[in-house]
Amino acid sequence: MFSLVAFIPRAVQQGVPLLLGSTGETITEKSGNLNLGIPGVMYVGAISGVIGSFFYEQSVPSGQLNGFLAIFIPLICALIGSFLMGLLYCFLTVSLRANQNVTGLAMTTFGIGFGNFFGGSLIKLAGADVPSISLSATSAYFSKSLPFASKTGWFGKVFLSYGFLAYVAIIIALICAYVLKKTRVGLHLRAVGEDPAAADAAGIDVKKYKYVSTCLGCMIAGLGGLYYVMDYACGVWSNDAFGDRGWLAIALVIFTIWKPDIGILSSILFGGLYILYLYLPSGTHTEYKELYKMIPYIVTLVVLVITSMRNKKEDQPPKSLGTNYFREER
Amino acid sequence: MENREVAILLRGITKSFGDVTANSNVNLDVYKGEILSLLGENGSGKTTLMNMLAGIYYPDAGQIIINGKEAVIRSPRDAFDLGIGMVHQHFKLIDVFNATENIILGLEGKLNIKEAEKRIKEICDKYGFEINTKKKIYDMSVSEKQTVEIVKVLYRGADILILDEPTAVLTPQETEKLFNVMRNMKHDGKSIVIITHKLNEVQSISDRVAVLRHGEFINDMKTSKTNAQEMTDMMVGHSVSLNIERPEPVDPKPRITVENLTVVDEEGLVKLDDVSFTANTGEILGIAGISGCGQKELLRAIAGLEIVKEGKITYIHQDGRTEELLGKSPREISELGVKLSFVPEDRLGMGLVGNMNLADNMMLRSYRNGKSRFFTEKKQPRELARKVVDKLQVATPSIDTPVRLLSGGNVQKVLVGREISSRPKVLLTAYAVRGLDISSSYQIYDLINQQKKRGAAVLFVGEDLDVLVELCDRILVLCGGKVTGIVDGRNTDKYTLGSMMTQKGEA
Repeated sequence: MFSLVAFIPRAVQQGVPLLLGSTGETITEKSGNLNLGIPGVMYVGAISGVIGSFFYEQSVPSGQLNGFLAIFIPLICALIGSFLMGLLYCFLTVSLRANQNVTGLAMTTFGIGFGNFFGGSLIKLAGADVPSISLSATSAYFSKSLPFASKTGWFGKVFLSYGFLAYVAIIIALICAYVLKKTRVGLHLRAVGEDPAAADAAGIDVKKYKYVSTCLGCMIAGLGGLYYVMDYACGVWSNDAFGDRGWLAIALVIFTIWKPDIGILSSILFGGLYILYLYLPSGTHTEYKELYKMIPYIVTLVVLVITSMRNKKEDQPPKSLGTNYFREER
Repeated sequence: MENREVAILLRGITKSFGDVTANSNVNLDVYKGEILSLLGENGSGKTTLMNMLAGIYYPDAGQIIINGKEAVIRSPRDAFDLGIGMVHQHFKLIDVFNATENIILGLEGKLNIKEAEKRIKEICDKYGFEINTKKKIYDMSVSEKQTVEIVKVLYRGADILILDEPTAVLTPQETEKLFNVMRNMKHDGKSIVIITHKLNEVQSISDRVAVLRHGEFINDMKTSKTNAQEMTDMMVGHSVSLNIERPEPVDPKPRITVENLTVVDEEGLVKLDDVSFTANTGEILGIAGISGCGQKELLRAIAGLEIVKEGKITYIHQDGRTEELLGKSPREISELGVKLSFVPEDRLGMGLVGNMNLADNMMLRSYRNGKSRFFTEKKQPRELARKVVDKLQVATPSIDTPVRLLSGGNVQKVLVGREISSRPKVLLTAYAVRGLDISSSYQIYDLINQQKKRGAAVLFVGEDLDVLVELCDRILVLCGGKVTGIVDGRNTDKYTLGSMMTQKGEA
């Protein structure tokens, strides 16, 4: 039987990595950088967290994990890993002015390879007989919900049953939306993405804005990877399990017309659409399931068609998206 | 000079881009409370020089002294801190932001829109601007955008304003308004540098004029002590005649007849309404009108690029055979042996490919020639490119240079050179001299006159009425897509044309 109270939490859990990924990508794109490396960045964020927590779990006797460190170490590792990815992307595209699409795609390939390589190494180290590592002790801290959540019935299930990163994701999205809309920093960032030459002439440090927003965006996206493995997947890392969520996060950026606050509900919608195939009757025809998995992408295409038909200037991608800026170019 | 305070001193400024030297050893003084015109041909380095003051470029050598102190301007921010503001020729505004957001862009401190709007209003009242602070840039006319740019500069407290060809896109009324504002700013003690080609504007607005040629400083003088001829000679480096030649048409015969041409655009707006006329051989037919009155559509329709609702466009061969051009693609038209050449207004969009070099751009016309169906024929285009560079004195390092790196005038010469090299029977030109300096403009007029003498039918869409009256044999006036009259260029003046351009409906 289909139950909404059971469905919504699952959709939210699917949606959180997408929300973090798309929020990160949105503020990156607002600076004019089209970072197609986001899937790789999220992958690196996830594996970095896994590496950190793996070695922490190994170094202390089981059952004696310090709650703070169990969260802090993977968190910092994920942030550093994805930050370095962002730095690499900026160095290539902003400082060296390499083509953004090529750089991004290369980084996705690199990130997935990086993740699978170290994932594989850890699996060997752990010496497990299944091709995965289980970090259930760490995961327990990540997915811990409020103690009274289970006592509040359907309300607790729908709103309170998630690990802290889910709420962090929503807060980050709200902060990003506020900064973009209401503050000077947001105004400057949007200007850089629209027309870097105009922003430069107005005295804005274009390079700084591109670097900071892209690296910050990557760190936020990296958290998405961390959430996926530590909370959603219950601390189980297996190679390639992350799937195409990174691409879905990029699609979500278009779906939300570059607005992180719209991203909150849209990511849950996308999360729901992503797992809808489990609920739709397909009988013995498993190929239908594959068709249902296309739904989020089709919805994105529809949104693209609608926004370009409405042709409202504010809903278009940042004008200089995908192009590099060089002040003395003639 | 009398004892006035110096705002800017430039000494020995040099800047080069790769092989191209844009400025070499330039010295220039700007005083407080004066308007200085910076005059020079295209590519003479005016904009580059001013961009070094605005922090866009950094000089290779030389000293910049602002208000008596040596200054290092590494970025636009440094320029603001020194009180220098520049209004660029291509506006540096964010389309999706409104006026206020653009004006306060890049400033520090807490974002307070109300406060900012109040200050903007004060500035507007002080100097006589009108501005709607809430209006988005993409909804604005060119003149409104320019106002936003100037207010933006003043908002930052600039005492030295640089305006790069501010009048190029303005109507005469808007220009007059701008000049009034500039005079107000001058009385307020600000220094203004205005870059321009138009000599009459130099005379009406500036106190002093400085001339650059080939990146070098030539001279400066009081505007009141010079005249148009002297300034032109200085700019060009040799004596130039300021009269446009108009040879008598030799044996004019109808070449193209247009009958009842009606064009409706995608949104259902009537762009051309029942237009009929004849273009003769050996004659220049001028087309006058306020911009957007159907000039573009008319030329595009003849060139086979426009979807036409109804009408006829007939081409008459030398031997009297006729050919219907409507409904045919440019390629079909050229296969009929109809030699059309089209110099569109959008040079780097429709006419040339900016990232390709001169020789390859020549091939855009001849890519179907050559023996092989598979390989391209490069020899002839390269020869043609060399010929065009030599004959029209295109300033370019080589024929392998991408066209986008050339200055506006040189780009136009490459385009016109290519189009006339095919010895056209019909030459369509749209705003052929837009943005060009005096000597380039006269060279273009000469080239057009040569085609006329050769017997080509020339359609010349122009915006400068003085030029139309001097150059064209007949002038067709368009207003809102309708023909309001065809007059003889020899017995008309610009005031008659001006009133025909604004009378709606009566033909």
